[in-house]
Amino acid sequence: MLLHIILNGKPITAEIEPEQTLLSVLRNDLKHTGAKQGCGVGECGACTVVLDGRAIKSCTVLAAQCEGSEVLTIEGLAKNNELHPLQRAFIDHGAIQCGYCTAGFIMTALALLQRKPNATRGEIQAAISGNLCRCTGYVQIIDAIEAYAAALGEPPAKEGL
Amino acid sequence: MPQFGDGNKTDKGFAYINRSVPRVDARDKVTGRAKYAADLEFPGMLLGGALFSPYAHAQVVRINADKARALPGVRAVLTFEDIKKEKSWGYYTYLSGRLRYRGDVTAIVAAEDWHALQAGLNAIEVEYQELPAVFTVEEALAEGAPLVHENDPECEGNIWSHSRYKVRKGDVDEAFAHCDRIIEREYRTEPVEHAYMEPEAAVAVPDSTSGLMTVYAGAVNPYFTRRWVADVLDIPRAKTRVIQQTVGGSFGGKEELMGLTAARAALLAQATDRPVKMLVSREQSIAASTKRHPFTMKYKLGVNNDGRLQAFQVEVIENVGAFHMHEFMNFRASVHAAGVYEIPNVKVDVYGVFTNTVTAGAMRGYSSPQLIFGSEQLYEETAAELGMDYMDFKRLNMLKPGGVNACGQAMDSEIILPEILDTLFEKTGFETKRKQYAAQPAGLIRKGIGMAMFYRGCGLGAESPDASAGFVCVHDDGSVMINSGIVENGQGMKTSFTQIVAETLSVSPDIIHFIGADTHTIPDSGITAASRSTVMGAQSVKLAAEELKAYLLETAAMMFHAKPEQVELKEGLFHLIGVPDAVIPFQVVCNVHHWTGQQAGVMRWYKPPALDYSMEQGGGKAFPTYAYGCVIAEVEVDTATGEVDVKKVTCGHDLGTVINDKIVEGQIYGGVLMGQGFAVMEKLVMQNGAIRTNNFDTYMIATSMDLPDIDVVLFESSDEAGTYGAKSVGEPATEGVAAAIISAIKNATGLHIRSIPVTKVELKALLNRQNAEGGSAAAAARE
Repeated sequence: MLLHIILNGKPITAEIEPEQTLLSVLRNDLKHTGAKQGCGVGECGACTVVLDGRAIKSCTVLAAQCEGSEVLTIEGLAKNNELHPLQRAFIDHGAIQCGYCTAGFIMTALALLQRKPNATRGEIQAAISGNLCRCTGYVQIIDAIEAYAAALGEPPAKEGL
Repeated sequence: MPQFGDGNKTDKGFAYINRSVPRVDARDKVTGRAKYAADLEFPGMLLGGALFSPYAHAQVVRINADKARALPGVRAVLTFEDIKKEKSWGYYTYLSGRLRYRGDVTAIVAAEDWHALQAGLNAIEVEYQELPAVFTVEEALAEGAPLVHENDPECEGNIWSHSRYKVRKGDVDEAFAHCDRIIEREYRTEPVEHAYMEPEAAVAVPDSTSGLMTVYAGAVNPYFTRRWVADVLDIPRAKTRVIQQTVGGSFGGKEELMGLTAARAALLAQATDRPVKMLVSREQSIAASTKRHPFTMKYKLGVNNDGRLQAFQVEVIENVGAFHMHEFMNFRASVHAAGVYEIPNVKVDVYGVFTNTVTAGAMRGYSSPQLIFGSEQLYEETAAELGMDYMDFKRLNMLKPGGVNACGQAMDSEIILPEILDTLFEKTGFETKRKQYAAQPAGLIRKGIGMAMFYRGCGLGAESPDASAGFVCVHDDGSVMINSGIVENGQGMKTSFTQIVAETLSVSPDIIHFIGADTHTIPDSGITAASRSTVMGAQSVKLAAEELKAYLLETAAMMFHAKPEQVELKEGLFHLIGVPDAVIPFQVVCNVHHWTGQQAGVMRWYKPPALDYSMEQGGGKAFPTYAYGCVIAEVEVDTATGEVDVKKVTCGHDLGTVINDKIVEGQIYGGVLMGQGFAVMEKLVMQNGAIRTNNFDTYMIATSMDLPDIDVVLFESSDEAGTYGAKSVGEPATEGVAAAIISAIKNATGLHIRSIPVTKVELKALLNRQNAEGGSAAAAARE
């Protein structure tokens, strides 16, 4: 069957099998390997992408269900080799170790902050609880997301300082 | 030595280390560009898969792959009958008809796609004869127990004889005969899953023209992986190339199943002459990868009424599962078994026992998380029996500068443990809280605070040669390329090594590029483990950078018309000493250096000075230096449910010299959660040798909602054994955490916990028993 989605802002058509997950289509057919398979059962969050504004575990969503949807993956964040400020924040706060979970955390955080730019530290902590990380102990990940949220929440006059 | 940190920063006079710089691999990882083995694709690539054992112990009576081979899309099926050797390098089996645990594999398949692969695996006909199995050390050591390995010269029954290590100091029997009291206790720990986020994956790419087999793998030790591949194919190491892809976490674990997966992929690649990608599912990974060794620790302690320890004896028995390649762990275990205490008479015996369960292997700590839990609880129980405050007891017996540790090593370097304890106690209000919580009235929620103190021998020590290769070269444009036989597993070594070369040359880390592990580019430097990388492994790149710098100084001297000793390289500029304006940029010298044909690259080997330790006698100088640490945990125990809420963890670590504080803090935060899991969360449930908790829906590792408030205090010290004075931190970060949490649960509930993990189910059962035995007696026991 044919699948039509908007992937990172670009309309894409792909020939897929009905039983394929969105993760399988992204990785195997569309060669977007930034989303990872960690568990295959929607528990670890390494496969998280943003589907129509919501962070979802792409290993548990059938690609066929995404017909007509907008899908944002980690590959869609940096523009012209310029990092997204959330990616920058992850680097600045040391929020990365092995990196396997990193894209999933960034996509979860992005969806949260698009919905709720002034999210508190507690809300950030709750929002990422579906993403597992074995290396970092989450502290620097939360710091990074919080710093980006704080930058978002600043009044426009202060921007650029 | 002061603490490292804001407002009280040590100044060791470094320009590029002793500070945080962004990770060199960060950009690739935040953009999704970093390629893990599963992300790779090659033209004509097949998918490989393995048929794992459905039994804990069985003999294959008949296997027939004809139907599988005839299926469309199936390109190769190899059973154990098709390969030359079953037994692997490292004592596992590549493919076998005798299945000793559920991670054993009878056959492998390569197919065009996932559907064909599954069909192929399902079509293999296997007739098994189930054999009697042993799962616990008690079963394995019982009279007449079924043998996991028959006629094996390495075994005495099910005991793995090669794994026996011991320590002997003084005469424990004499001391037991004369001391005031003898305390005997037994503690146990259960297996722990590494739970790296990336399951094992490998891609084998054959080249029939050159005969070279290249394997791309997320291997913790590309050289071990190469051994497995070369061994199974029976080809020289020089024709076997392992290129390490970005590793999605290891913690000691991506070794055995990783190597076997690479070997199995290579077998299929050889059979089909096509690239083969082999992915291990999470369920397969948990079933077949190694776990932290479950320990049974049987202690006998001799102590006088004044609290002075007289004799320490322990028998440590490990359930190593069906196979094992980590006898060396028991050297470390034997040296550290008594903890950071001075005891005149010590007898330690450590050995592994084979069973038909999941195999045990290296996992962050390499015996120390188990032993620190056991010995710290033992000392806590002993203090309680003596009616002594347990900190008075610990301080009385702790190892002090100039003392002799349990394996007889004179401690001739700085011991900053007292300073760490004082700082952490003040920060947490430890002693006040401890007394207050011990006296709290019985209630639904009970608070507790506990501590563990420990030390860790840095690097491999007398275990095996701690040698490594390091490479540094400059290009004509002034960019620098470095490499090491030590590898990045996510811990940040590429960044730390880059900073160390920057410091040595005195150039910005921004111009340094780390090549990354490829067994065809740098000699085998052993395993990246034992928290040895920065401490010892970086010495070789430092030596290479020093030598290269000397060559560059000669070129600069020629350009200045001066002698090399009149020239210095400082922060990217060559200076003629004493002449303020005589300055040449680094890249200009590199350009001349190249075009005048000077040596532009150096590979150096570093092997630390030999240690005087006797495995036969069980004693001596075991490690070049030790890192000291203390963890204080604060918990709330819900007595209705048995749930332990870890509220706060305060960690003090002796880093020697901090290379990159953000990386160190990241190691410690992650180590705390791993220790918390070991203590109260991570229960690996097994039935008849099958792991029931085989994915993250049932095997519970900490999420962000389990995160306690973590306070990290970094201390520096003066010992110069490690690179720029650095000490280990990767494993110290986790090794004392479980012990501190268990100590806090004791403070909260009065319960001495003798087996971990203690999830809410186990703790509730212990609390129920305590209630049945009488609440008042329990309250009295809470000190």
